[in-house]
Amino acid sequence: MMVYEVVILSGKGGTGKTSVAASLAVLAGSSAVVADCDVDAANMHLLLRPDFGRRYPFYGGELAVIDQERCNRCGLCADVCRFRAISLVNGRYTIQEPDCEGCGYCARVCPEQAIAMRDRLSGTVFVSAIRSGSTMVHARLAAGAENSGKLVARVRQEAREVADLSGLRLMLIDGAPGIGCPVISSLSGAHYVILVTEPSQPALHDLERIHRLIRNFRIPAGCIINKHDLDREKTAQIRDFLSLNQIDHLADIPYDERFTGAMIEEKTIVETESPAGQLLSRVWDLLQMKIINKT
Amino acid sequence: MKIAIASGKGGTGKTLLSTNLAAWLALSQPVLLVDLDVEEPNDSIFINGKEESVTSFYTMVPEWKPRQCTLCGLCSEVCKFHAVIQLGDRIAVFDDLCHSCYACSELCPTGALPMRKFKSGEVRSLSSGNLRFVESRLEVGREQPVPLIRYTHELVDSRYSDVVIQIFDCPPGTSCPVVAAVGRADLVILVTEPTPFGLNDLKLAVDTMRILGKRCGVVINRQGVGNDSVIEYCKQERLPVIAGISFNRDIAGYYARGELAFDKIGTVAEALRQIMEFALTPVNDGI
Repeated sequence: MMVYEVVILSGKGGTGKTSVAASLAVLAGSSAVVADCDVDAANMHLLLRPDFGRRYPFYGGELAVIDQERCNRCGLCADVCRFRAISLVNGRYTIQEPDCEGCGYCARVCPEQAIAMRDRLSGTVFVSAIRSGSTMVHARLAAGAENSGKLVARVRQEAREVADLSGLRLMLIDGAPGIGCPVISSLSGAHYVILVTEPSQPALHDLERIHRLIRNFRIPAGCIINKHDLDREKTAQIRDFLSLNQIDHLADIPYDERFTGAMIEEKTIVETESPAGQLLSRVWDLLQMKIINKT
Repeated sequence: MKIAIASGKGGTGKTLLSTNLAAWLALSQPVLLVDLDVEEPNDSIFINGKEESVTSFYTMVPEWKPRQCTLCGLCSEVCKFHAVIQLGDRIAVFDDLCHSCYACSELCPTGALPMRKFKSGEVRSLSSGNLRFVESRLEVGREQPVPLIRYTHELVDSRYSDVVIQIFDCPPGTSCPVVAAVGRADLVILVTEPTPFGLNDLKLAVDTMRILGKRCGVVINRQGVGNDSVIEYCKQERLPVIAGISFNRDIAGYYARGELAFDKIGTVAEALRQIMEFALTPVNDGI
């Protein structure tokens, strides 16, 4: 059975991605598996209160390790390394861990086979029960770790497996800001993207860039204009941009301090009496229609 | 002095602070502003100036030459990033996945994978009075911001080492792009907001900055919208809270229209003054 994957993105940070994603998760109840793919700065757990029920370490990428006993100090490893990750320290060739990309070139060329490639800890994956009656897959990036794209891919894969096992047809994915590797990793295979933006010149600029990325992937998209009443002129510009690019205009949500109030109570806005909550319920209805039509 | 403006959580006010701080300082002295949020650079919306140069940034990727290729499969075997894959009787190169390690190219026994330039971004330099401004912009579709960020640091060091005060607007998050962006900063200003999301991501950012051994100070933006948990956390961790900017719809309005705010809103100007006072205070106790 096909799992319909919806990714919530924004380009610019702080526009309300996570608040929207968690609201949709609450509205979906037990019908959707949830994935927090903003592994760099995960926040969804603050609203959905997962139980951190199952966890496992995830190793993404590799790291070169030099066996000093075997090393004959020829220096070939340092010569081939394009990342300047190998340097001579007190007469020993030493790997500067943060700089090692794990390409394995040094290990291949070492005449003494003194270099081994080890798996590198990328972070911890959690599979949790959440209060909406469903399952959330989330992760914590190891401090200073690279490769969040691979951890994102792992979170999505785990969420797919959960969906398959429980016979769920919907996956809600909270994405990262920006347009780089974690975002691209959360996009591949997605069926629909919800863009959350706000009426400001920087947000519009970032929306245009994230939209170009989504277009490359040929994924249909809809947009929520959050805090639309903060600048009506920019809101009008965003609406023009949406219609020009055939992006569904899903909702205009007014600025509302209840978003923050709800967050402090570890709740989503749809669990409060508010116009924003009602508007997001309507977005959920629209989304359900899309899923029924596609699956 | 290199000052990095970072945050963990996105949308807390990095761009607001970076651009206003640079423009304000430029009223009285030379200053350099560098936009390192290469995935979504926004500073140029607020900073005008005369364009002095545009430099393309290239990474190197292999290019398959079928006539030289014996289809031995070594390239596909050595590539840890699945950027070079043998598909039947051809070799497919996925430029965006390539980390430019050169292994496939240099280990190929017949030289069938020479490296070629692949445009990944652009660095623009602008100038206006005392202000020098450098913006780095990643091409849409490129996965890796870090090489461009490192390149920008090198370029800044070679061109602008004479500018004493340098401000770096960093990307959000806590992983490799931020680590690369804070680079050799003498001071990292962490901008946050007084909400549970702001606090959670501030903690992550502080953990990263401690691993890097950076001196940090916190600026709390949109004061009044949330609770006191950020202040309590800073007290507990002995993190200096340098300044607070009260929530004000007018600030949001100027920001929305791409205008600077320090010359119109007193609390913004005051925060900038406090940041510089902190930056210029001799260090006796880092974090």
